[in-house]
Amino acid sequence: MSRAAEKASPEVTADAAQPAAGHRRELLRQMLLIRRFEEKCVELYSAAEIRGFVHLYIGEEAVAVGVNQALTPDDSIVSTYREHGHALVRGIPMDSVMAEMYGKTTGCSRGRGGSMHLFDVSRRFYGGNAIVGGGLPLAVGIALADRMRGQERVTACYFGDGAVAEGEFHECMNLAALWDLPVLFCCENNLYAMGTALERAQAQTDLALRAGTYGMPAWPVDGMDVMAVEHAARNAAEAVRAGGGPHFLELRTYRFRAHSMYDPELYRDKAEVEQWRHRDPIEMLKGRLRDAGELSDDELAAMEDKLVDQIEASVAAARAAPAEPVEDLTTFVYSPESS
Amino acid sequence: MSTDDQVKTTYREAMRAAIREAMQRDDRVFLMGEDVGRYGGCFGVSLGLLEEFGPERIRDTPLSESAFVGAGIGAAMAGMRPIVEIMTVNFSLLALDQIMNNAATLLHMSGGQCNVPLVIRMTTGAGRQVAAQHSHSLEGWYTHIPGIKVLAPAALEDARGMLWTALQDPDPVLIFEHGSLYNTQGVLAADAGPVDIRSASIRRAGSDVSLITYGGTLPKALSAAEQLSADGIDAEVIDLRSLRPLDDATIMASVARTHRAVIVDEGWRTGSLAAEVSARITEQAFYELDAPVARVCTAEVPMPYPRHLEEAALPQPERIVAAARQVAG
Repeated sequence: MSRAAEKASPEVTADAAQPAAGHRRELLRQMLLIRRFEEKCVELYSAAEIRGFVHLYIGEEAVAVGVNQALTPDDSIVSTYREHGHALVRGIPMDSVMAEMYGKTTGCSRGRGGSMHLFDVSRRFYGGNAIVGGGLPLAVGIALADRMRGQERVTACYFGDGAVAEGEFHECMNLAALWDLPVLFCCENNLYAMGTALERAQAQTDLALRAGTYGMPAWPVDGMDVMAVEHAARNAAEAVRAGGGPHFLELRTYRFRAHSMYDPELYRDKAEVEQWRHRDPIEMLKGRLRDAGELSDDELAAMEDKLVDQIEASVAAARAAPAEPVEDLTTFVYSPESS
Repeated sequence: MSTDDQVKTTYREAMRAAIREAMQRDDRVFLMGEDVGRYGGCFGVSLGLLEEFGPERIRDTPLSESAFVGAGIGAAMAGMRPIVEIMTVNFSLLALDQIMNNAATLLHMSGGQCNVPLVIRMTTGAGRQVAAQHSHSLEGWYTHIPGIKVLAPAALEDARGMLWTALQDPDPVLIFEHGSLYNTQGVLAADAGPVDIRSASIRRAGSDVSLITYGGTLPKALSAAEQLSADGIDAEVIDLRSLRPLDDATIMASVARTHRAVIVDEGWRTGSLAAEVSARITEQAFYELDAPVARVCTAEVPMPYPRHLEEAALPQPERIVAAARQVAG
């Protein structure tokens, strides 16, 4: 990877002031929760228990976990189709996320959305959006409503490097900056828009540099280092909340698995994937915690066991949950109180 | 010229009064779109409202249809009641992704959590010699989409009254204003207010043939009905008003009375709203018919610039009269 050398924008790194050990263990637990949940999804998909498109976040967990540290329950989130991690760390109960994978009525979208459309409005989680770039205008609108109503909220808007090529990206960067709206743009740059490498799709591959041209602060961040992400996200969210207008984080990350469940991965070298696996965000944090004497093997094993139990329980609950009756097929097309 | 209970007005002024009333009654309402503020709206609908309500609520946007329509959806989800204006239906295609993939689907794919109480207004239709990128009637495309409602105010009372009712709707409503109607003059009750947005209306009662239309072709259908009357053919004119949902009951009741139907639609014939209405009549009132259903639509050509070609492309009273005579035998 020669990418880093070409970059004009220096990456944000972790704050020198280390957070408490307990907090760091919690970051690890959340990343593991996403990883183990998705590994279970792979198993369930292979067994044909869940279907549709399932886009795995494996490798990118530090982004969702780090950004989420900067958000309050009153903030809003607009996400993408690769959103299991965003949803889980937001606190959407795992049982309802797993039930959504099964298309059951107990799912967080009553089974109507599936993997790509997780919603929980009570937690201000406005969905997985499966049109690349399609969530950006929604985030701008939510932020506009907050501004007009005097709410001191931040709207975090996730999207990938692929979205940067969409016209909606340009329109929304401009509008958010023009109107000074409280949006935290979180660009998850995993270097591939499905199978198209960043340099094959973007004339300017420094996405933070691009965002900066709209007149908003934009920082590249090491998206494999959860503490670097948390540090950058806290600074950015604080500035947004203080009335500093939109901010942009380019979170440089990598997906270890296929674009969707399976693809032959003809578009990238196995060696490249292996190289990135050396920067696995979970292994990096584990290493730090071990080196600092903050995590014993027993503690880690106990953490893992607890996650396995939680995931198995969510699978059992989803299997047992009722399916929507076919008679209700056309509910939720219009609101019940629709005139 | 006005009496105590009636005022003389135009379609444009009625729309403006509707926006003003909505802004006054509900502080969650705001108007957003290209040139709605300082310019006064490209068709002058919002002229003066910036001075009255200020730039936060009469909000000029950049030429970013997808962003500002999507922002309207987001703001609606977050508790506002936006009115988004798109200059013309042709430009709405730049926002079609947001209308189709977000506004129309969010409620369903969120399992009932995310309703979108948004109103989108736009101009539609031809007749002003503005050629093939500003003149089409694409509202029929939008009627294909479950999850949205589609309105076409043609009468002054609907220009005045549909907006407020649409804003009370929990789901997205598209309002199509035919460009030829803005200067329509007439009288309106001084206390004219909200109207229903579900039913079709009989604008002229008749017994021999049903002319079923909406929007900019309503005046043409009424004119055709007068000409037919001189020939002893008593035409009923139905104004659909709501294009989605369609008021099947009013259509079928009319066909049951007249036994003949001519559908007048400024959209292109193929895959048109007229085709949908025709299919419904065939499905629901086939045995009432004394003649095949006829359609008068726009010629299947991108709208040409010269006046004589544009006139030839569009439904005109003469063509409606000819079609009605044919079905009347």
